[in-house]
Amino acid sequence: MKQLLSGNEAMALGAYHAGIGFATAYPGTPSTEILQYIAGLRGVYTEWSINEKVALEVGMGAAYGGVRTLVSMKHVGLNVAADPFFALATTGTNAGIVVISCDDPGEHSSQGEQDNRHLAKMAKVPMLEPSDSQEAYDLMAHAFKISEEFDTPVLFRSTTRVSHCKSVVNSTGERPTDLRKPGFLRSAAKYVMVPSYARLRRLVMEERIARLRAWVEDFPMNEMILGNRKLGVISSGVGYQYAREIFEDASFLKLVTTYPIPANLVRKFAAQVERVIVVEELDPYLEEEVRLLGIKVAGKEFIPIIGELNPEIVEAGAVKAGILPAKHTSLRDVPAMKIPPRRPQLCAGCPHVGPEVILKKLGFDSRIKPSATPRPLSEKEMVINADIGCYTLGVYEPIGALDTCACMGASIGNALGLEKAGIPNKTVAVIGDSTFMHSGITGLIDMVFKQSTGTVIILDNGTTAMTGGQGHPGTGFSIKGEKGPKVQLEKLCEGIGIKDIQIVSSYDLAGIEAAIKRSLKAEEPSVIIVRGPCVLREKFRQTPRQVDFDLCAGCHDCLEIGCPAICVADDKVRIDAAVCVGCGVCEQVCPQGAIVEMKS
Amino acid sequence: MKDVNVLMVGVGGQGVILASDAVAEIGMNAGYDVKKTDSLGMAQRGGSVVSNVRWGQKVFSPMIKKGEVDFLVSFEEVEAARWASYLKPGGVAIVADEVVIPISAMSGAIPYPGWEEIKAALAHYTDRIYLVPATRIGKEVKNPKALNMVLMGALAAFMDLDDEIWLEDIRRKVPPKFLDSSLEAFHKGTKETKSMKQKGVSK
Repeated sequence: MKQLLSGNEAMALGAYHAGIGFATAYPGTPSTEILQYIAGLRGVYTEWSINEKVALEVGMGAAYGGVRTLVSMKHVGLNVAADPFFALATTGTNAGIVVISCDDPGEHSSQGEQDNRHLAKMAKVPMLEPSDSQEAYDLMAHAFKISEEFDTPVLFRSTTRVSHCKSVVNSTGERPTDLRKPGFLRSAAKYVMVPSYARLRRLVMEERIARLRAWVEDFPMNEMILGNRKLGVISSGVGYQYAREIFEDASFLKLVTTYPIPANLVRKFAAQVERVIVVEELDPYLEEEVRLLGIKVAGKEFIPIIGELNPEIVEAGAVKAGILPAKHTSLRDVPAMKIPPRRPQLCAGCPHVGPEVILKKLGFDSRIKPSATPRPLSEKEMVINADIGCYTLGVYEPIGALDTCACMGASIGNALGLEKAGIPNKTVAVIGDSTFMHSGITGLIDMVFKQSTGTVIILDNGTTAMTGGQGHPGTGFSIKGEKGPKVQLEKLCEGIGIKDIQIVSSYDLAGIEAAIKRSLKAEEPSVIIVRGPCVLREKFRQTPRQVDFDLCAGCHDCLEIGCPAICVADDKVRIDAAVCVGCGVCEQVCPQGAIVEMKS
Repeated sequence: MKDVNVLMVGVGGQGVILASDAVAEIGMNAGYDVKKTDSLGMAQRGGSVVSNVRWGQKVFSPMIKKGEVDFLVSFEEVEAARWASYLKPGGVAIVADEVVIPISAMSGAIPYPGWEEIKAALAHYTDRIYLVPATRIGKEVKNPKALNMVLMGALAAFMDLDDEIWLEDIRRKVPPKFLDSSLEAFHKGTKETKSMKQKGVSK
């Protein structure tokens, strides 16, 4: 059947047709749609796991149990899951298991850029990389076969422009009807990694990679396209597509088995062309592999190591390398026009706005202008450690209320570290409910045990909002929408020994302020749960607000909350009734009481 | 069949993705090889949204090269100016008369430009500029969310494809409740644009 599928959908369908019975993931851009697609198909156990580490451990269990399993995550998710990933590389598997890593060159929606191809080599695990949706689909069947034949997990690596690109897929496969019956095969030497057994597995791993090196030489999806022999381009993933676009008549070697690479095939290709270059996103991974074969090769001298590639960038690189003539371009300069930037922003009525506005008020000296230069804090300021989620957008002006945000769950550990280091300022941690479940709880347990006096603010919007509203244990909803047991945040905190727990509404600014002030004084660790559902999920809507022009003094305090519904037009503050959801936060920050409910 | 590059731009929540998905599928159904990719930024709402849609005999790159956009379809006025430099000289700019003021312009630091200024930026690359009365059509069909349908209709006015290829895809994509108003919006988008083409209003 011919259909238009994104790379993520194609990987999911490919895995489905390969007979997976099990799929786990933690949501993260650009990988989220893989599990969402599978959840809509019959016959596969699917779960949003609590984090990527658990997703892979659950997936490993299923694969040990004889069920073909797909585990998907974003690039930084594999950092979280690195421990089980390396462990699985050591034990091997029973049924096939494929781990998808969707890398995000250019950090469209990530805290960092990293090239996860290195992890395949480091874990000694075979890696496959598709360059479009058709390949993503076709390759998945191979991935499961390799996993079983070589008793190894397979790293299936994608990037944003493969995962989030739709192209035509002819899905020729069908889901097998004779799936293996689940069953575990007892073998302590294989599955119990005490040092004496792990040493034996190391031998197996090296022998496995040696066999794979020979095997990939004949892999049918690595492709040599011989055109003009003056230039030979080695590439993989979406980089290959850009290279095909720019070097129209060159010769190409497209690799889908990028670890191990087919060394003889690369040598054969290099011998047939005058000059070898590599076009790849991020690190000079393939370039170094090719260079190790003793082949003269160039790549990162003219193809950037940072960010996403696109056709213009590859073309500019080719000009720099003297491969293409400095182009007589018809491109014209952009006219001198100031275009206001459009950054992502918190939604109108977003429950994160209130607490972040209060944190700005309490934690930042309003007399000091924001600046890019690091500065010491004044005595009464606080360090506000944030985490990964929509609320991270609170770093931008006009809210500008955050001091740190490193990685999932780090806010709590960072706050504890700052406190124990003895800085003179108070510290707080701000973390969303889903991120708290992911990896905040462990930090909080440490806080209890270390007798911290810190304050942890959990912004509980009842969903994993940033990635599109997935459930987590605190919501009680599964990926298929089934209701299950709900892990209650306040009970969880209470259970680990937090005594000072306050719950406030996200729209009650005075309540939030009082709660934070109270917690800061406490001589014990405190948790404040600021509760209010994500407005995209709950369709929150109350009477919109309007400005009473007779009372408005034009102080523009209401603009400081960064609400998309409020703007200045003809020197007057106006609220767009079509955008306003009536959360009332602006009303609470207006010193004149000039913002009121709209009269119908 | 001529290769076609369409860049669809707008603001999160305007329905850009649904429309670009449809345009990609329509290309496929018309017999083209197709690729399309979106840039969404970080939040679900409020950020710039850009969709690259490419139809061709064989499409390699999902991203359109700067200066090679045949049709810039903008769901919002200032977004058209932001992406103007991607237009092929003499390409077509289809712009909805919608204004979504970004936070950065709300305080007035960089004011939101007027249409004449935006049009001048586009005119740097092309004289085929069509400002589509999407707001009015939205009101006429009593469905302000049908903006994407109006613009698809406008785009259809330039494509040499059977109307039914477009309509079939819309019928499949749009929930029954909104189908009639969506189809009406599509037709009005086509009609208005054809009439602008004939009158040559952009000159």
